Amino acid sequence: MDCSLVRTLVHRYCAGEENWVDSRTIYVGHREPPPGAEAYIPQRYPDNRIVSSKYTFWNFIPKNLFEQFRRIANFYFLIIFLVQLIIDTPTSPVTSGLPLFFVITVTAIKQGYEDWLRHKADNAMNQCPVHFIQHGKLVRKQSRKLRVGDIVMVKEDETFPCDLIFLSSNRGDGTCHVTTASLDGESSHKTHYAVQDTKGFHTEEDIDGLHATIECEQPQPDLYKFVGRINVYSDLNDPVVRPLGSENLLLRGATLKNTEKIFGVAIYTGMETKMALNYQSKSQKRSAVEKSMNVFLIVYLCILISKALINTVLKYVWQSEPFRDEPWYNQKTESERQRNLFLKAFTDFLAFMVLFNYIIPVSMYVTVEMQKFLGSYFITWDEDMFDEETGEGPLVNTSDLNEELGQVEYIFTDKTGTLTENNMEFKECCIEGHVYVPHVICNGQVLPDASGIDMIDSSPSVSGREREELFFRALCLCHTVQVKDDDNPDGPRKSPDGGKSCVYISSSPDEVALVEGVQRLGFTYLRLKDNYMEILNRDNGVERFELLEILSFDSVRRRMSVIVKSAEGDIYLFCKGADSSIFPRVIEGKVDQIRARVERNAVEGLRTLCVAYKRLIPEEYEGICQLLQAAKVALQDREKKLAEAYEQIEKDLILLGATAVEDRLQEKAADTIEALQKAGIKVWVLTGDKMETAAATCYACKLFRRNTQLLELTTKRIEEQSLHDVLFELSKTVLRHSGSLTRDTFSGLSADMQDYGLIIDGAALSLIMKPREDGSSGNYRELFLEICRSCSAVLCCRMAPLQKAQIVKLIKFSKEHPITLAIGDGANDVSMILEAHVGIGVIGKEGRQAARNSDYAIPKFKHLKKMLLVHGHFYYIRISELVQYFFYKNVCFIFPQFLYQFFCGFSQQTLYDTAYLTLYNISFTSLPILLYSLMEQHVSIDVLKRDPALYRDIAKNALLRWRVFIYWTLLGLFDALVFFFGAYFMFENTTVTSNGQIMTTNTHMIFGNWTFGTLVFTVMVFTVTLKLALDTHYWTWINHFVIWGSLLFYVVFSLLWGGVIWPFLNYQRMYYVFIQMLSSGPAWLAIVLLVTVSLLPDVLKKVLCRQLWPTATERVQNGCAQPWDQDSEFTPLASLQSPGYQSTCPSAAWSGSRPQQVTLAVWKGKVSAEPPPAPGCSHRCCSSSPRHGCPGSLVGMLV
Amino acid sequence: MAMNYNAKDEVDGGPPCAPGGTAKTRRPDNTAFKQQRLPAWQPILTAGTVLPIFFIIGLIFIPIGIGIFVTSNNIREIEIDYTGTEPSSPCNKCLSPDVTPCICTINFTLEKSFEGNVFMYYGLSNFYQNHRRYVKSRDDSQLNGDSSALLNPSKECEPYRRNEDKPIAPCGAIANSMFNDTLELFLIGNDSYPMPIALKKRGIAWWTDKNVKFRNPPGGDNLEERFKGTTKPVNWLKPVYMLDSDPDNNGFINEDFIVWMRTAALPTFRKLYRLIERKSDLHPTLPAGRYYLNITYNYPVHYFDGRKRMILSTISWMGGKNPFLGIAYIAVGSISFLLGVVLLVINHKYRNSSNTADITI
Repeated sequence: MDCSLVRTLVHRYCAGEENWVDSRTIYVGHREPPPGAEAYIPQRYPDNRIVSSKYTFWNFIPKNLFEQFRRIANFYFLIIFLVQLIIDTPTSPVTSGLPLFFVITVTAIKQGYEDWLRHKADNAMNQCPVHFIQHGKLVRKQSRKLRVGDIVMVKEDETFPCDLIFLSSNRGDGTCHVTTASLDGESSHKTHYAVQDTKGFHTEEDIDGLHATIECEQPQPDLYKFVGRINVYSDLNDPVVRPLGSENLLLRGATLKNTEKIFGVAIYTGMETKMALNYQSKSQKRSAVEKSMNVFLIVYLCILISKALINTVLKYVWQSEPFRDEPWYNQKTESERQRNLFLKAFTDFLAFMVLFNYIIPVSMYVTVEMQKFLGSYFITWDEDMFDEETGEGPLVNTSDLNEELGQVEYIFTDKTGTLTENNMEFKECCIEGHVYVPHVICNGQVLPDASGIDMIDSSPSVSGREREELFFRALCLCHTVQVKDDDNPDGPRKSPDGGKSCVYISSSPDEVALVEGVQRLGFTYLRLKDNYMEILNRDNGVERFELLEILSFDSVRRRMSVIVKSAEGDIYLFCKGADSSIFPRVIEGKVDQIRARVERNAVEGLRTLCVAYKRLIPEEYEGICQLLQAAKVALQDREKKLAEAYEQIEKDLILLGATAVEDRLQEKAADTIEALQKAGIKVWVLTGDKMETAAATCYACKLFRRNTQLLELTTKRIEEQSLHDVLFELSKTVLRHSGSLTRDTFSGLSADMQDYGLIIDGAALSLIMKPREDGSSGNYRELFLEICRSCSAVLCCRMAPLQKAQIVKLIKFSKEHPITLAIGDGANDVSMILEAHVGIGVIGKEGRQAARNSDYAIPKFKHLKKMLLVHGHFYYIRISELVQYFFYKNVCFIFPQFLYQFFCGFSQQTLYDTAYLTLYNISFTSLPILLYSLMEQHVSIDVLKRDPALYRDIAKNALLRWRVFIYWTLLGLFDALVFFFGAYFMFENTTVTSNGQIMTTNTHMIFGNWTFGTLVFTVMVFTVTLKLALDTHYWTWINHFVIWGSLLFYVVFSLLWGGVIWPFLNYQRMYYVFIQMLSSGPAWLAIVLLVTVSLLPDVLKKVLCRQLWPTATERVQNGCAQPWDQDSEFTPLASLQSPGYQSTCPSAAWSGSRPQQVTLAVWKGKVSAEPPPAPGCSHRCCSSSPRHGCPGSLVGMLV
Repeated sequence: MAMNYNAKDEVDGGPPCAPGGTAKTRRPDNTAFKQQRLPAWQPILTAGTVLPIFFIIGLIFIPIGIGIFVTSNNIREIEIDYTGTEPSSPCNKCLSPDVTPCICTINFTLEKSFEGNVFMYYGLSNFYQNHRRYVKSRDDSQLNGDSSALLNPSKECEPYRRNEDKPIAPCGAIANSMFNDTLELFLIGNDSYPMPIALKKRGIAWWTDKNVKFRNPPGGDNLEERFKGTTKPVNWLKPVYMLDSDPDNNGFINEDFIVWMRTAALPTFRKLYRLIERKSDLHPTLPAGRYYLNITYNYPVHYFDGRKRMILSTISWMGGKNPFLGIAYIAVGSISFLLGVVLLVINHKYRNSSNTADITI
């Protein structure tokens, strides 16, 4: 959308006003229209080159640099770097230039590589040969040379080189089959139709003789919309005008199937094809962690600025005495003396900024990015989320949101295809009250099932029989199902007698289910041939109906119709659709009986459709024809006009009956929902289905439980009372209990709690969302949200796609700003997937629209559990530690330098050597945290899966709250104080010396300022790395390698750096400093002491918190880590118990009788010692504590 | 109810874009790394596991601390301030710049004898050797004997780079402000005449500095010739090649100079001046008694409120007198031990309840 807007603007302002027109005119085969035709404005079109690459060889460096420096952080570091270059700063420009260069280079290499791949792909695509028609001859050319107006020939299994208007095919009926698998992932064959007047042109010469112009809209990205018209000029007559719709349009990227060859004329080429327009990048979603990170950054920026300010001010206060400003031993140069005071102060400020700028870590961004990028591979690699059936694994479309998966508070899920399998099975049909169940049919004879079917009239009358057949015919005709053409010659599937093995393809699984169901009831749909639909009736006779019109399905009308003409010449309109859209249009039929049946079916969770018909007299049909034609030809507002026409046509219907189709629940859907609810996530089901069906599904998947009190907010109720009253009443009901709800958030699922489920339908929702007429808008919204918050589950039915997004938006922007996740599988879920913080697509039966637009795609709903509870949890823990640790280690790094200013006359003297300043963040301390943030598992995967309640521990961005952030910062400050003053007291007025002289022993050398800095730095590197080691709960060999490795690297580097006179440096201040320091006993003692002191408070805090106020996670960790202790304590007791007791453990009642407690504990100890006897039990042991903590501990005390 | 858009071929044996072959490759590898199931050690910091560590820290640190503290206390140290700002001080006369050279004498008494090698330091206060302008005002290439840098010192040396169109050797503020008081120590024995104490001026600088980092410029045998074309630092009385008579301790490799060039970390610092080597095991190096310090007072510190001190100190295995480290070790050890006890109590008290909470279902 944005893209097209930009395009519009570009066209408008760059191409000149006069060139901008709403439609484009194409001369087919570049033939000028005959004189006298309307004058068209010539337009220039792009060639057919696809450019998905961002850069060319020449502009890569400037453009990439520009892109990179648009990021605020990079820009900040660039500024610092430039400041360092310009003014006389304490640190060399290398210290910030090198990391920046490193970051920029790494990013540039990554982007360059990606772009190179894109170039390769583009070239392959642009150079593939295409057949053109030129002067009646077939010519092969490269795809990129294609122009708008060229006539192109495409053979079977080739992809279309650009967007084409389908002129003719080798098939007589002017159709072709197309798959759009690479466009939207739908692999079905779709039928496209050639333009009526050109479908006769079968040879190159013929087609070259075509004289026509096409008018169509300017390119727009919607794959399924196209309007245009074609003027075909024949020699004598006026031009014939025909409407063009998306059924005439062959899209670039689609593949021709089942058709030998087609001719088409290019209308959109290159970057203007619909495929290219759909390349546009996704919306930029930012995770909550990233937002907190940015806030923290601003805090640190403020700290940085205030530090610099304080130091600048103090510097000038301190220097006010001239002997301090310029003592005799340290005079300024002439130019320094003459500089303007304010300029001096300003440069000093900048210099302090530069000195302290490391507090905002340049490498944090790279590390975070790498962590996200590399970390997201763990999702794609996850075997548990791989679906054997479909051969699909999870897809990661963006890695920016990994940690957001651990923060979800609301899940909005689609029902069909997401919770359910979208695998439809025809259950029954009800014709005028008679119920037919297909599976009790023998040999085409309907045998009404004796059990469980309420036959109203057991012997259908003649008219009843007629109606029955009409109903079956209606089901056979009123659909858009195609029969799969099987080209396999040895499988004559289409033979009339073998009709039952017909393979149907349709846009909707319901339709297939219906047609197949009817087949079992005796009527078989054979095929659509030359606009005649053939059906095989019960007597094995073929009936032919001429298909006059299809009023196709859309989600607003929620119905579709066909107009057919029977062999006898009767014209029928058959309409099928949702009950709510059919009943109001029915004037005749056994409405009440059918309605009762429909409702009953809906309650059982079946999908119901109603079928109605009307007989049209030819005059009526004429009228309808004109109405439709007028609407179809319209270039503007075609959709709206068509909808209006449909509205007029589909009325005064006669109700025939209803069908019921079952959609089974996906495996483990209930399990998953239960786990998610235990994790404190509120699950909302948003569906287009009707209330009863949806509610039944919700019960089936345990979203609603037996004791759930359902609140209804439906149109029906609103009709009885006003919206206002209903809302207030509901809120009263809910709020009565809300006090207890908030009090006991942990056990929100316990049995004694009354929990509520809300059902709302689309109409009621739009009433709520509508601003009130008296201007006090939003009140209902607040009230509604209030109600929703108190409900454990909400079901929204009868939702239009946009309403789904509206709901998500409503919650997203409610006052707590909860993190929302939307999951769906169909195109109708795309809007909500895009709207929610995290959008998850289910790679389902309904094509890949949802998966393509989502942030993550998973094969099944059940995978959501692992995605959130395990991956989300891990990513959140990892990234939050990463962020906090980065700030912490930079406080440790820079604060000593700040303190040092007080002892060096605020002269911006650096404490550390340039090499240390440069390498601290990019090599000494970078890898351990990166690996930590990739590998850390504070609790094992299995525990997380078993105990969803652990998810609550990290809810609401728990690890990045201000409290935690301040703790980390204070810890950093404390450590920095320890480092600095530890070293200070070592040096101050005493002689810290080393046995420096190698030749003569027992002589002691005095240290200078660089040794001081090196001591502080060494202590710091060790402390900071060990702090991370203390935080690591999952030590794989990689962690060991990286943590000890980077410490070793530091030591080796320092030895090397100090051990050689580096000829390229004009200073040698580090020469032998590190080695001299290491040869000093007190330095060793000081390092050990200071590292210990720095780490002690953190260890103490951890231990105390764990002991006194353990979180659920920590209890689990304790539980799983303590078996050694517990074993020893409880083994004697256990030996007293009979071994048989242990086997009762898994099924043991959860009450707290004494012997059971003891056995469970022992059993748990065993579990962790010898892995998997029965995971269920140890899970209970571990997990029960958080939720039943209070009563449990009480009992424990009594024991 | 997404009936509008899509079609799906359910029987087609798989979509054409993803035939069976690719389905197999899509299947993730079942490696421990990719499944995040690498074998790992999973330590948890609980009171139980940390307790012993606290006690161990306490038990190790307290003895070390006591050891350091005792060692540090056994170090003899005497500090004599000879700034002379007090009118009563013998060096008071030297504060005015007119008296040159000014020699003053300070008497002091050692109550106890100093055994072993004794180190003589000079200490300066309020002298910002760590000021940025000062720290960088040197040319390491010049000091390393680079002949081009000798004649063309680095710009960092400004404003002590050139004097009267001649390059200064050694250039820069650090060299220019080299400490140039001369300290001599005399023991007033029982006899009437005082006995000078032998002060060794070699072996006070880092070996690597003296032998690698600092080098005289190349050239002939005569040091003066090697420094030809340069001039002495403004504040110096003598050029650099006349710092000492010993050719191995002259020029850039003069150890007093090298010591001075290692800039101190803090504004109050001391630098090694001389060694007093013990002569024999029988006699103390500096026996108890009366001494006097003879000072050739050249170095003005009162302009910036500075102080000058002379320090005599013995040393131990851990360097000079440094009470901080010992006290810190004892303190940290005790605190750690105390915390261990507190944790033990907490652990004992809460352990039962927390354990039963775990057990109770």
